[in-house]
Order: sequence, then structure tokens, then C-alpha cells
Amino acid sequence: MKNGMLSAGRARISERTLRTDKWWLQPFVTFAVLISFVIYSTFRAFENANYYTTPLLSPFYSPCLAVSCVPGSSDLGQPIGSWFMLSPAFLILFIPLGFRMTCYYYRRSYYRSFWLSPPACGVGEPHSKYTGETRAPLILQNAHRYFFYLGLLLNFVLTYDVILAFRNENYEWGHLSVGTLVLFVNASLLWLYSLSCHSCRHALGGRLKHFSKNPVRYKLWTWTSKLNAKHPMYAWISLLWVAFTDFYVRSVSTGFFTNFYIF
Amino acid sequence: MERHSYDVVIIGAGGAGMRAAIEAREAGLSVALVSKSMFGKAHTVMAEGGIAAAMANMNSNDGWQVHFRDTMRGSKFHNNWRMAQLHAQESPMRVWELETYGALFDRTKEGKISQRNFGGHEYPRLAHVGDRTGLELIRTLQQRIVGLQQKDKKEFGEYEAKLRVFQECTITELMKDDSGVIAGAFGYWRETGDPIVFDAAAVVLATGGLGKSFKVTSNSWEGTGDGVGLALRAGGTLIDMEFVQFHPTGMVWPLSVKGILVTESVRGEGGVLTNSEGRRFMFDYIPDVFRDKYADTEAEADGWYTDPDNNRRPPELLPRDEVARAINSEVKAGRGSPHGGVFLDVSKRLDAETIKRRLPAMYHQFKELADVDITKEPMEVGPTCHYVMGGIEVEPETTATVGVPGLFAAGEVAAGMHGANRLGGNSLSDLLVFGKRAGAGAAAYINSLSTRPKLSDAAVKIAEQKTFAPLANGGNENPYTIHQELQQVMNDLVGIIRIGTELQDALTKLAELKVRMGKVGVAGGKEYNPGWHLVLDLENMHLVSTSIAKSAITREESRGGHTRDDFQEMDPKWRNKNVACFMADGDVQVKLKDLPMLPADLAALFEQSELKKYLSEEEYAQLPKEVA
Amino acid sequence: MGYRAKFRVWRGNANTGALTSYEVDVNEGEVVLDVIHRIQATEAPDLAVRWNCKAGKCGSCSAEVNGIPKLMCMTRMNTFNPEDVVTVSPMRAFPVIRDLVTDVSYNYKKAQEVPVFEGPKDLAPGEYRMQQEDVARSQEFRKCIECFLCQNTCHVIRDHEENKKVFSGPRFLMRIAELDMHPLDTTDRKHMAQDDHGLGYCNITKCCTEVCPEHIKITDNALIPMKERVVDVKYDPVRWLGSTIKRRTS
Repeated sequence: MKNGMLSAGRARISERTLRTDKWWLQPFVTFAVLISFVIYSTFRAFENANYYTTPLLSPFYSPCLAVSCVPGSSDLGQPIGSWFMLSPAFLILFIPLGFRMTCYYYRRSYYRSFWLSPPACGVGEPHSKYTGETRAPLILQNAHRYFFYLGLLLNFVLTYDVILAFRNENYEWGHLSVGTLVLFVNASLLWLYSLSCHSCRHALGGRLKHFSKNPVRYKLWTWTSKLNAKHPMYAWISLLWVAFTDFYVRSVSTGFFTNFYIF
Repeated sequence: MERHSYDVVIIGAGGAGMRAAIEAREAGLSVALVSKSMFGKAHTVMAEGGIAAAMANMNSNDGWQVHFRDTMRGSKFHNNWRMAQLHAQESPMRVWELETYGALFDRTKEGKISQRNFGGHEYPRLAHVGDRTGLELIRTLQQRIVGLQQKDKKEFGEYEAKLRVFQECTITELMKDDSGVIAGAFGYWRETGDPIVFDAAAVVLATGGLGKSFKVTSNSWEGTGDGVGLALRAGGTLIDMEFVQFHPTGMVWPLSVKGILVTESVRGEGGVLTNSEGRRFMFDYIPDVFRDKYADTEAEADGWYTDPDNNRRPPELLPRDEVARAINSEVKAGRGSPHGGVFLDVSKRLDAETIKRRLPAMYHQFKELADVDITKEPMEVGPTCHYVMGGIEVEPETTATVGVPGLFAAGEVAAGMHGANRLGGNSLSDLLVFGKRAGAGAAAYINSLSTRPKLSDAAVKIAEQKTFAPLANGGNENPYTIHQELQQVMNDLVGIIRIGTELQDALTKLAELKVRMGKVGVAGGKEYNPGWHLVLDLENMHLVSTSIAKSAITREESRGGHTRDDFQEMDPKWRNKNVACFMADGDVQVKLKDLPMLPADLAALFEQSELKKYLSEEEYAQLPKEVA
Repeated sequence: MGYRAKFRVWRGNANTGALTSYEVDVNEGEVVLDVIHRIQATEAPDLAVRWNCKAGKCGSCSAEVNGIPKLMCMTRMNTFNPEDVVTVSPMRAFPVIRDLVTDVSYNYKKAQEVPVFEGPKDLAPGEYRMQQEDVARSQEFRKCIECFLCQNTCHVIRDHEENKKVFSGPRFLMRIAELDMHPLDTTDRKHMAQDDHGLGYCNITKCCTEVCPEHIKITDNALIPMKERVVDVKYDPVRWLGSTIKRRTS
């Protein structure tokens, strides 16, 4: 054992842990799900195709800002010229990636499951040195709130995408498809995930010393605190759903199945 | 041998000890605060309900006079009036001080300290934090002590330059100089078993209670009556030892938690006591002296929670001794709950959220220890040994122990404040008021000394031999067994209801146990050895038990925490008599002492009819005409 | 209802020690501490164990039961199967004194280093006015019974002895948060949290919250809000600029 549990004076117990439960299960599942997501999203970002099928735009590519974007997908214009040779997904994916990478909940999850620091409570970690988030690069985790602000902008865009999805393939308004619902659920979950975020809670009221002098912000804080308790759940569901949304758009786009119109 | 010199050594780091330490340090003394357990773990953390102080935040009619009156009534007019007066007058300031140390009490709408109802208190009077007030008190005082240490660090370069906490350190003997004045204390470190000697000009005893002499108790292992034993052996006097408070509501199930306290706040917040027939039996047990103050119908009792001005209070909120006896009677009459208690139900009056907010610790305690959800089901409760009103006889103003110069006592270990029965909430305020007075008393005493008392090597030697003797004993008696038998004797024969013949039996059995105690063997060495620690504690528990039994057999009446089946009435002739215990010829002896008479201005706070109920005819006749 | 339980209790001192097996009677409703006491009263009178209230209120009987930091008095025996072997060991982040008793003085040292509450100079005792919503946050943290299980489980010091110098642990970072959120405290605690007490070492893996017997949301309600407050004064350029301008103009 490399770590300090056998430092001088401590009880001489050689086991890394005396836990008898399946403590490794949770980090293992976390690792499996996160790694699957990373593989899928990397593939999709590089694929640079099958992300738009009228009127549905994949969240991995929204907003689509480059000249190279397929026709109809750039509702916010194409300010990025043809010099940008990569997939347009890379123009925006750093936002959700950064937001989730610096998220207090995901940090807990990947520090445990990827870095094993610690793998589970009361289980010795394999590292001999540890400095946490005191220096680069992990000190950059403190930028979380800026990713939160950017993420909010993205949420507006994705909400706008839901509105645009109330059209049919011929751009006629007043229609609703399964794809519309998929996009709607996606945007809603992302809003819940963002608004339950710890930085949001801090900004809305957490930083105040006197709630009683700011009754409105206190109300907002109380409300976001309730959501905050479910932040981990929103983090997982929204992650899985965003992948599913993209998968749905891709499937329709490739003709794997058709987008069923309710009306 | 490790040896330290301090102006004052405070034994016990609960509420009283810490408050005394703060006061003594602020008065410029160097202070050693010695604690058997770790710092911040003292039994004070168990206090749940609140601190009684007439701040009048909830009802402007409250004031020290009202609080004084309630305390006198609760004590059955048997306490030292001067202590009750000081306590009522000073407790608000002691509570407010805590806020300046950082305490965060629950608040009223105006932002003041919220106060709650409690048994025997006429108005909502208990400053509280949910039901973990004792923890708040302990932590606040602990942090204040840290604050003083931080100041000392700035001035002297070290946190512990003038105020040091000796944790997990047990004092076994007080030592005096040749003139009979306190000169120091002897003890041992629990962790290493190494001896430690303190040279000190004054010692404050703040060792708390003695519940561990009883089988069913809310006290932790620390409640072994160390202070009582130390004071007796040093030549001090005990009074009121027969008055032991059995808290009416302790847990009765599961067995391993039997005795753990269920706060009176449960009743203060609307909890109702019922027997196995579903009857609210407390209406059957309102004594005559309280009949005009308590509701006699359920409708009126229920109305009091919302409209206290036009309804009398529910009988569940009678003083603790009355409720404990009532529960005892119901169980004896065969109307108890399955595990030998009665039912206490708060789920019918309050919704689940309110219960969890106002009684979080109780919710937690029942959920985790008994698998009972108090928001849905009733609790099973029964009496548990909770507090001793008696203890060391002290001067009210300075808490100086009568008969031992340089020795002071405050908190549960001291007597006089609560008389025959203590009101809930009055113990935390007692700690603060008299803890502070003990610190100040010790400081004044030390300033008055012309020379510092000198500790002789011979005294240290004797104390050392006595403390370490059990480790060399090769006896075959198991200390744990003797302890259990002692508790059984006290529980069966010196419990809530006492009879002269049984008390006599108890004394015989205690004498037998004393002989067996001489033959205990201790396995293992001196390092953190609980067996050895228990042997040392046993001596104190035995002194405590003997004092209680002898006092109880002497007092031939029933009053407050002392109920004699063979003398069931309260007898005015006994009201102004203290049973006092002292050591002579190697054993506890008993004598009677007179209580000081209530002065006319304070007597005038009561209705004449009420005074008549408690005072003997001669005493009543002696009162000035304008009162009587 | 009773049965014979198999226990393994760590016995030893700072130099040597091992898990020792015992078979003990267990009755209905008992907790691990009851069983330890029975071992003490019957088989091993010198078995060292620290305890006080036995009701989850004082935080003395901290240990590890089957490797998980717990209060022995709050660990009910009916959470195990009768055939399970129950392993009880001392807290592993602190030096052991004997058997289940550890030296927790690290915590008391850290407690001394947190500057205490400093109220407004112009308010006398009795003049404090605070609203319930303003004290509620700090009140949650003041539920802490100082069992030090959070300190024990925190890998920052559990696995890295050298970090004890620079890291005060969840208990005392929460204490700093408590004071920073106290409506009448006048000291700025944010720089101190990061610079003197090592808040940056916390990687919010939440084990402190998982083991807290008082169910205090240490991570979500104290540590993360404190991290955000530190960002306000140290790492957020916009807020830093804002507060600097504010200070200049006032």
C-alpha cells in the first residue's frame, strides 16, 4: 500500500479497506456509463454528418455556426467562415463539456471512478501524493460558474430548437412529432440540470449573508436549493437523454427509422 | 511525576465547568480545566429542551419574580431561596452572553430569542435550538474557551499559556495543606494511566450528576458522582441527597437504550400521555396544590396550546416528579404499554413536517434506535433516573463549599438551587449562573489569600498509593458485576417509591457490596484500562448510593423527588429541614440542618393561600402581617 | 430473539495489533456498542473503547464497522445477518492509542486555529436581532456532534498524513462556513478558508456527507457554498473587479 493509512502511529491494518459490501460497484458503473458517453459523443462530434433532419437538430451541433453546416441547420447564422475545417460540433461542445467537467457533482463522480481518489469512502486510494484542487490544472475547476453562464445561453438555443421543431419537413408550422417531444424533454432536463447547479444556487442567493434583507432572492434560493438536492439525478438523466436525442436525430437522418408525426 | 501549577483547577468540563473556566480566565487567573471524557462531550450535550430565562420575549408578563415563583413551587419550597433568586435574576443575561459568543438560538419574528413552554413554567421561557439546546450550549462555551486561548496566543505566544484543557484525565483525590485549605488535586490520564498532580489555590467541582448508581438512567458513564465523593472525602457536606429526579419520559424499548431521555419538549409541543386503555390519565393525578393551575378537561387542555391566556395548561406539563409518579402508578396498576411504559403521542396533534422541524433529535433517536416513526406512531416511555437535586452544600453568592476553604462547586454537583424537585430548563440556566459565580468566587478567594497554600509531598504520596492500589490487587471480584448489582439495589430499593424497610435492606446490601469492593481484581495494565477506571469510580458511586439511602431513610415524608410509601403526605414540619451527609469514622453520617427562611419581600410574591399549603403554622405565623 | 454473533475486534496499540475474534450474545434491539461492552464485561475487561452518551448525541464512540466509519451506538445489530462476521476497527486516519481508542488531537488543534465568532462591537448582550431564515444555514452546521467521522473518512488526510499540516478537514471547513454565514459575524473568512485551512484540497467526493451521523449536508451546504464564496473573492475576475471598484469608491 502506497498511501498514508499505515503512517506511524496508526492501527497496523494492512487491508486497503475492511469494507465487505460491493463498494466497487458504484464507481464501476459510473466509469462504464461515462466512458460509453465519451466514446459515443467523440464519434458523433467527428462524424460531422447526420445531425440535422428537418426540423430536428442534434444538440451536439446546436447552434451550428460554421459555413460548413448542412443547409437549414444554422438558425443563428454562420459567423464562422470556411477556414474552420473541423466538425462544427467542436465550436460549441466545449461548453457542455466544460460545464459538466467542472460540475461539482461530476467532479465527485470522476475523481472517484476515474482517478480513484478515493474509489469509495473508506477505501484507500492508490496515489502517494495528493494536492486536490489547489494548483493547475485542477484549480481551473473554479471556472465552473462561467461554464454555467455559457450553458444557460446554450439552453436558450436548445429551447429555440424545440420551438422550431413544431414544424414538419416542409417548414410548415403547427405540427408535432415524436422528435419534437424528444427535443422538448432534452431542453427541459438541461434546464433542470443547469438551474439545480451549485453555482446557480450561489448566484441566486447563496452568496448573501442576510436572506431577510433580500426576500425575493431568498425565495429563489429556497427553490433552487430544492432542485439542488436532485442535481445528481438531473446530471445523469440529462446526460443520457442528450445522447439519446442525438441518437434519435441521427437515426431519423440516416433513415434507420422515421420521425412519427402526431399531428 | 507530571506536575502543574495553576491558580484554579476546574474539575468537569460540562456547562458549569466551562462557564467557570471562562469567568476565572477573564478574571486573570491561570486555569486548568480537567475533563474525564473528551472536551465537548460532557453530559450537558444531552440536554434537549432549553435554557430557562425570563427574557419575556414571548410574553411581556414574564420576569424574574415569576421565574423565581415557579422555581420555588417546583422545588416544593424546599430550596435555598437566595439561589433561586440569583438564578432567576441572572439567567437572562447569561443567555444573552451566549449570543455574543456565537450561539444561534431559534428566533422569534422580531428576531429575538424564541422561548418555549415547559413543565412548571408559567410562561414560555426556554431559549432553545430545536431539541439540541445542550449541544449548542456546550459548543458555544467550548468555542468561547478557544477564543480566550486565541487571545492568550496573541499575548503569550501559546494557546494554552493560561487556560489549558486536560481531557480524558480523571481526578481521584483533592489535597489540602496543613491548615486544611485546598492546595491541589491528584489524578491520572485515562489514555496512559500516568499520574498527574495539580498545585492549585482553588478547586471548582463541576462534575455533574450521579445517575450511574441507578440501573435505568439517562446519564452517561461519566455520571458517577465523582464530585460528591471528592467533596465528602475532603470534609464537605452534602444536602438533599434523597431528592433524585426521575424524568417521567425515558425510552423503555429496546432494552439497550432503556433510560435514554425523551425530552419534555415533546409534551411542551403537544404530546399526550395515554395508558393501554387509551385514557389521558394525567387528569387523574393533578395534586391539590396545583389544581387551580391545570386544566381538568381535555378540551381546555387542548385549547391552551393556541390560547394560553384563556385556558389552563394540560396536566402533562405538571412538574416532573408528579408525572413520573403518575406513570409509575399506571404501569403498576397494569395499564402500561407492552414494554412496561406508557404511550406518548405527538403524531395526532402535529403534522409530520412540524414534528421533524421542532423535535428533530427525537425523530432521529426513535427512528434509528427503536425503529419507531414518531410522526406516525406513539412512543413508549417510562421514568428514568435523570438528575439529582442534592449535592454539595454551597454558599449561594460564591458557590464556596461549606466547610472546605478553597473548594467551590457549581452545576448538578451542587445543591440548594432546586430543592426537592428541579423544573425542566432550570438546569442549563443553573450551570451558567452558578458556573460564572464559581469562577468569580474562586478568583475573589484567591485574591484574598495572603500566601498560596503549599502541597506536601506526603499528601501526593497518599493520593498516588490510593489511586494505583487496585492495579496491584489480585482479588477475584469483577468490578462490572459489582457495579451491576449496585445499580440493581438502587433501582429496586431506593427508586421512585421508597419504603423504610426496603431502604434498610438497601443499606445492608450496600455494606455487603462495600466488603466485596475490597476484593476486586483488575486485569491488564494502566493504559486506557476501563476495568481499573470502574474500580475507582465505584468508590464514588458507593458513597453516593449510601448517602442517598441514608438521607431517604431519614426524611419521613414525601416531597418532590422523594416519595415514601410509608409516609405518603408532604409534611410542613420537614419543609425547612435539610438532611445533611458528612464523613466521619470512615462512613457517611447524617444530621439535620435548617433551611434559611424566605424573606418577607419574596414571600409577598405568593398568594397567602399558597404559602399556607407549604409552610408550617409556626412559620406562617412568623411572617410579617403585610404578607400573611 | 438472541443469538451468538461472530465479532472481530482490532486489539493493539501504536506498534502492533491484530483483529481478535470473539463470539458474543446479542439480544434484540442492541447496537454494536452493546456488544463491545458485553465483550468487555465478559471476555476482555481491558478492551479500550471510548463512549459517553450511547444515544448518538456526544460523538465519542466513533469507529469503523466493517470498514465503514460509524458511531458504534447508532449501528444496530439487526442491520447484519446473524451469520455475518462483524469487524470493528479503530478510526484509521488517526494514531491509535489502544484497541478502538484513537488520538484525535489533530481535530482539537485545528479547532484552535479557526478564529472564533466576532460579533458587532456596538451591540450589547441582549441587543442581538437575527431572523430565523438568516440563522438556519449555520444552525444546520451547529448540529455537528464532533464525532470526527468526516475527518476520518476524508481521503485528503486519511490517505495522506502529510496533508494534516495544511488541511483542516470537513469539520472545520464547515465551521468556517458556519461563521461566514452567521448573520452577525464580522470577520471575512473566505481567504482564510482557502489559504490557511486548505479548502482547495477538498475534491468534494462527499464521503464526509455519507458518514455524517447527524445527516448534515456537509458538502452541498457548507463546502461547495464556501468554495463558491472563495471563487467570488479569488478566482472570478468580474466579481473581483466589482468588489475592488466598490471598495475604491466607498
